[in-house]
Amino acid sequence: MTNQQSNRFFFNVDWITILIYIALCAVGYVNIYASVHNTTDTSVFNFGSNYGKQLIYVIAGLVLGFSILLLDAKFFSVFSPIVYGVTVLLLIIVLVVGRNVGGNQAWISLGGGFRLQPSEFAKFGTALLLARYISSFSPKFRDLKSIAFAGLIMGIPLVLIMLQPDAGSALVFLAFMFPMYREGLSGYFLLIFLGMIVLFVADFLVPLKVLIPTILLIGGFFVYQNKRKQKVMFSAILVTIIAIAYLFVVKLAYEKVLKPHQRTRIELILGLKIDPKGVGYNVIQSKIAIGSGQLTGRGFLQGTQTKYGYVPAQSTDFIFSTIGEEWGFVGCFVVIGLFLFLLLRLINLAERQRSTFSRVYGYCVASILFFHVFINIGMAIGIVPVIGIPLPFISYGGSSLWSFTILLFIFLKLDSNRMGFI
Amino acid sequence: MDNLFNRKYIVQGLFIVVSLILLGTLFYIQVFSDKYFLSAESNVLRKLYTFPARGVILDRNEKILVQNEPVYDLMVIPNDVKEFDTLALCGIIGIDTIKFKKNFKKALNQSRYQPSIFEKQLSVSIYQSLSEKLYRFPGFFVQSRTIRQYPDSIAGHFLGYIKEVSPTDIERSEGYYRPGDYIGKTGVEKAYETALRGERGVVNMLYDAHNVPKGSYAEGKFDTSAVSGEQLISSLDVRIQKLGEELLKNKVGSIVAIEPATGEILAFVSSPGYDPNLMVGRQQGNNYMDLLKNPNRVLNIRPIQGYYSPGSSFKPLDALIGLQEGVIDENTTFNCPGYFRVGNHTTKCEHVDGNIALRRGLARSCNTYACYVFQKLLTQKKFNRNQQVAYDYWQKKVKLWGLGDTLGIDLPGERKGRLYDASYYSKKYSKYWGYSTVISLAIGQGEMDATPLQMANIMAAIANKGYYIKPHLVKSIGKDHVIRKEYLKKNYVGVDAAHFGPVIDGMQEAVNSPWGTALASRIDGIIMCGKTGTVQNPRGKNHSVFIGFAPRDNPKIAIAVIVENAGYGGTYAAPIASYITEKYLKDSIPPNRRGGVEWMKKQVILPALPKPKVKTKAALIDSAKKADSLKKSINAVEPKKVIDKKND
Repeated sequence: MTNQQSNRFFFNVDWITILIYIALCAVGYVNIYASVHNTTDTSVFNFGSNYGKQLIYVIAGLVLGFSILLLDAKFFSVFSPIVYGVTVLLLIIVLVVGRNVGGNQAWISLGGGFRLQPSEFAKFGTALLLARYISSFSPKFRDLKSIAFAGLIMGIPLVLIMLQPDAGSALVFLAFMFPMYREGLSGYFLLIFLGMIVLFVADFLVPLKVLIPTILLIGGFFVYQNKRKQKVMFSAILVTIIAIAYLFVVKLAYEKVLKPHQRTRIELILGLKIDPKGVGYNVIQSKIAIGSGQLTGRGFLQGTQTKYGYVPAQSTDFIFSTIGEEWGFVGCFVVIGLFLFLLLRLINLAERQRSTFSRVYGYCVASILFFHVFINIGMAIGIVPVIGIPLPFISYGGSSLWSFTILLFIFLKLDSNRMGFI
Repeated sequence: MDNLFNRKYIVQGLFIVVSLILLGTLFYIQVFSDKYFLSAESNVLRKLYTFPARGVILDRNEKILVQNEPVYDLMVIPNDVKEFDTLALCGIIGIDTIKFKKNFKKALNQSRYQPSIFEKQLSVSIYQSLSEKLYRFPGFFVQSRTIRQYPDSIAGHFLGYIKEVSPTDIERSEGYYRPGDYIGKTGVEKAYETALRGERGVVNMLYDAHNVPKGSYAEGKFDTSAVSGEQLISSLDVRIQKLGEELLKNKVGSIVAIEPATGEILAFVSSPGYDPNLMVGRQQGNNYMDLLKNPNRVLNIRPIQGYYSPGSSFKPLDALIGLQEGVIDENTTFNCPGYFRVGNHTTKCEHVDGNIALRRGLARSCNTYACYVFQKLLTQKKFNRNQQVAYDYWQKKVKLWGLGDTLGIDLPGERKGRLYDASYYSKKYSKYWGYSTVISLAIGQGEMDATPLQMANIMAAIANKGYYIKPHLVKSIGKDHVIRKEYLKKNYVGVDAAHFGPVIDGMQEAVNSPWGTALASRIDGIIMCGKTGTVQNPRGKNHSVFIGFAPRDNPKIAIAVIVENAGYGGTYAAPIASYITEKYLKDSIPPNRRGGVEWMKKQVILPALPKPKVKTKAALIDSAKKADSLKKSINAVEPKKVIDKKND
């Protein structure tokens, strides 16, 4: 490749982001190597090639990423409905022919030991279409119609993934509320959303005979404050009634809709149940491994919990426990620092876009990564329920690595083209 | 730029806040709290212990009293057990299927992945037949350890026994002991536990999540090998210990023999005894319960727990304290009309000796003489005729001899005996009391009890002419023969050596002159000095007592013998003491006396046993109360009653 060519294709590419990307992939490779290293010689199960495979995935991911940079920036905007359509189709197909792994029908077998997880790819499909919708119609989300339409775009894959059933991956789609918020969605939506979560948790921890009077008291206070302004007063009454109704719906839905293992996970995280040998085992062992790393960690390949397989799913969803044990608080600080730097940079990049499409898409990428990082690390240290979603760029697995790579590099391509029009 | 641009900061702010929450939690888990670090250690680290051999205990001539014998514990890791022929296993180790299920459940309750003891202490022969077939029983393996074995089956009370630790033991040891360990429960095994137990060896092994061993921790840097327990050389002499146990067979009583110069206990017999081998092995629990139920209280350690009035054996102390205080000299005579009377209290004397001085007084065991000395001691001028102050002074002098308190023998369970101070009597008789009230103490009766060990110790002090060494059972500890410092210290009894001559003369006469009361303990060629006692026993026939030492010059052995319910001191206790002394000093008993030894061994003097009935707890408490009130009434009556006693 000549200098000129490289200038043409990689002009204006944000190399800092690519460097962070490569750094995170390297962190992933090293820790997957550590996670599976010592079990290879004695274990009956052959995990032996996991880190080898990951190396292939990383290299393939880089090739994939750089080939995306070679594409025309307009391509993504134009083909976004088709990409979205294909991912939704795959989500439907997986429900029919998918392979059942660990209770979730989430995988399509491609032969040769490789398999595909459509829910991973649905993320950038949805991101593209949402960006396209907002850039084309510039809704300010003041009317119900636009909210409903955007909600539908993220709702369809969410529901399909729920049906697999993979609640963890489905929840990630709520991340699209951030770009919508940036584009005008009222902050109340986020507050209502937060309120729903608070009420949900309170529903389990506080008895109803305390909770309902408390809500009535707070509602009554607002009603009294606004007794002159009829409209606000009525909405305050309405919110109070809805809040109380919500409590009962949640209880009912919890009993009837959620699966026992999901219920257990929620109860564990709320501290209602102690179960060191069952579902709680993962979290306890993960916390032990991370905690045993102390300030500077036990060192590469020196983590006893990692070496002797005390943390289940350690190379995938619980990869953070390896980082915590072998690299200590310092290692965790560096990794979280890298992620935070990446997220803040992505938002800054998004804001410098001239096209709405690129900006919205940038927010989508940052929000999805944020959800993954927060939920994955949160569950490894026991502050979020165990919902099996990978740590971006670090967890073992081709599907997740490639989908994050595609997600990120599409944005890098859009960003490199920020002066042009899409 | 629209105003929505500002929302960028809200989103970025949220990212930062959440990152800080994650880092904060991580800081707590990793840096602030070490709970998780410790959990990680206990996850992977297992300590495998190797058991040391317990220290061997030898007698003073280095003959083995207790040694170790290999046994085998059958261990099980429940998780590794696969289907197998349970009946075959039960057959080999001799249990039934019910016991099998019980054992297995117990092991399972302890841990699924850790080895626990399935059946303990299999003998060598069972082990041999088991080891051939062990491969058929996956999950089971054998761990060897040692148990105690007693070649001569003697000195059970002295040696004590070991037993698996109880949860309380573990708690008290602050985690030193672990379930399945053995600990000394009584006797020397308990007193010298820390020396005998040795040090456990430990191998730190790493285990993975599937409980598969992954090699040693830190290349074995923290591993240690087991260190055997220290050997103890006891002061006991197997020859006389064995003879003593045989002589007291089928009798209730004690023999304590002490080497006066060193305080070393040569014989420590508590009868009825038991075979220490009973307290070993799989039947230990059952055997223990049998011994516990034995109506003769086999488990009592009578030499240090039995209470006896010293009786006439106390009289040498009267004389010695009298001489020291200067209230008498060796020629002071008192008239014995056959009784000692003060006011309306009369203490009878067996003989009418007329004018009697110290030597003959002791040889004849004259009650009147003893009472006069006691009277003089408590009416000394230096106390302004305050007899209660004089009594306290006297009591302190007596206590110097080791009465009324523990001597501090190196054996658990020693009792104090009984000797009250003046305030006790002031309380009891509301201040109006004097020597006549407690006159029976002069002849070793009344409110005075001593253990056989205390009696033997008094003899050792007389033999040493004024001091004793704390009596002890273990001569030296370990290969370096460490001797405790306290066993080198002389405890003076407050009487000058010069005063001992006449008293020892009297005791020599008691054994060796025609008018002596202890003629039965005479030994040819050895000058034995001694004193018999016949101790009143409210529950039955008198106890037969002999105390003494030999030879007169440079004494080698001080001895106390008590045979319960055997009557006159001269008949049983004195000859037994003579046989033991002779055996110890001459190493053999001449043929003409062997007949006597055999006759003695065959005598059966056991108290009439109460009808074997099952007492309820309530009944037991009831009877204890009754005995208590009986005692009180006896005590209350005592001062007024005529003390009627043979003097012997």
